[in-house]
Amino acid sequence: MSVLWIVILIILGVAAFLCLFRIFRGPTIADRMVGVDIMGILFVGITAITGILYNLSYLIDIAIAVALISFVGTLALAKYLERRTLDD
Amino acid sequence: MTDVTVVDVIGYIVILVGVLFDLLGAIGLVRLPDVYNRLQSATKSVTLGTFGIMIGILIVTGFTPLGIKALICGVFLLLTAPVSAHALSRGSLRFGAKMWKGTVIDAYGKDKLGGPQIESEESEAKESKEKEDEVA
Repeated sequence: MSVLWIVILIILGVAAFLCLFRIFRGPTIADRMVGVDIMGILFVGITAITGILYNLSYLIDIAIAVALISFVGTLALAKYLERRTLDD
Repeated sequence: MTDVTVVDVIGYIVILVGVLFDLLGAIGLVRLPDVYNRLQSATKSVTLGTFGIMIGILIVTGFTPLGIKALICGVFLLLTAPVSAHALSRGSLRFGAKMWKGTVIDAYGKDKLGGPQIESEESEAKESKEKEDEVA
């Protein structure tokens, strides 16, 4: 069934390239931040699918870590966009 | 190919549905006209898509450590993605990102910012026409 996994990885890569297009093209900073957030969530899925494809169970731990860091980074970017400091 | 069971096929179908939701969310991120529309399309469908991938991995691998970790990762994504989307949309509203000119209602701007933030030429033209009518 490795053909199925490779097709899924290609589709997810196309979606990541669409996010990259929005990051480069975005008219405002908010568009770029939305693109970065969605790309982080897509990378979680890509990492998990790669772990299934090569039967490496530690890649799912990396997926959990990427999800955590993407969440905290998005909150920090939103605070920056709101022109406030990080401690209120 | 001989050891593909029915449970595996169900898991593959769930993963494929999730991947299609991911692709549709990314297409919406490119095609929609506004920050808020892009955020709505992308966050909802991409969160559901990645959660579907994680549930599919759980179904395919069963209750092994890999499947349990995938379930934990999916539940974490399901909890945190709405929070980050809400923070991003509020930040972009306070930042002053302009809405699309076809936007119908802006309740947050009306309550907190003292007036709608929708900047459309048509509504301004309507308002000026109404003022002219009142004067006349």
